[in-house]
Amino acid sequence: MNIPYIVEERPDSGLTNGKLGTWLFLASEVMLFGALFSTYIILRVGSVEWPHGELNVWLGMANTFILIGSSVTMVMAWASLKLNDFGKHRLYLISTFVLSGLFLVNKYFEYADHLGRGEGPWHSTFLAIYFTLTGLHGLHIIGGMVVMAYFIGPGAKMWKANPEQFTNRIENTGLYWHFVDLVWIFLFPVLYLL
Amino acid sequence: MHSDAASVKKSIRTYLTVGAALFVFTGITVAVNQIHLAVPMAITVALIIATMKGSMVASIFMHLNHEKKWIYGALLLTVIGFALVILLPLFTIGNEIGTPIEAGHAAVEHAGR
Repeated sequence: MNIPYIVEERPDSGLTNGKLGTWLFLASEVMLFGALFSTYIILRVGSVEWPHGELNVWLGMANTFILIGSSVTMVMAWASLKLNDFGKHRLYLISTFVLSGLFLVNKYFEYADHLGRGEGPWHSTFLAIYFTLTGLHGLHIIGGMVVMAYFIGPGAKMWKANPEQFTNRIENTGLYWHFVDLVWIFLFPVLYLL
Repeated sequence: MHSDAASVKKSIRTYLTVGAALFVFTGITVAVNQIHLAVPMAITVALIIATMKGSMVASIFMHLNHEKKWIYGALLLTVIGFALVILLPLFTIGNEIGTPIEAGHAAVEHAGR
């Protein structure tokens, strides 16, 4: 059975089912991270003192640059498909994948530094919320990388068979990826700077 | 959503400009942090810049500046839900803000006796 409205837009909503589904999924993600940000605020306003300078600001800033760069390459990957340039699309998507891997490598060094000093999530309230928020965000990065790897590898075949559907899939992947970037844009000042 | 090649080509310039602006704003955020402002001011400035950056990502990269009304409707519900998730717990501890959690609980227990 074919799933309807994956290429053409539904007459009532003007959207493809995939795009509407992606946005509804992102809405649920906003609530998930919203609940954790709310937890952070409650812990923060109720704490006697809040540590400053525990995290490496420069590493956090580097990761912010990396994720912003990956958002640019992601939107360029979609734009290249719209311009019918599959070669450039592939280059941009691989760049996004590499940048997201670089983000995780930086995060590994940060985690290793803390855990090496015995400063895990059990160490303090700040580190508990830090590991929870960044760990969940890291899992989202890994999820995005799995999807990108699929579209770099076996999923790329669809470009020849059904280019419009493939372009829509990349657009939806991009929406998810920009959301992951957006979450980090708030996590960076909240955890590293304040 | 942009669909024709001409408008996509035009948008590419916007994507690159917004990307550069996001880099600059990140630099400004860190630079302001190095000044060591008072905590309330530092929080305000950092969150204003983060909100500006988030708006740029959402409106340009996620194309929310010209989306269908169904998306706006879903997002309006999300914003209301998000505001409730953030504000409701704050209302429950409104009279304890600025008081350490343990001390706040102790005060409540003491008042209950």
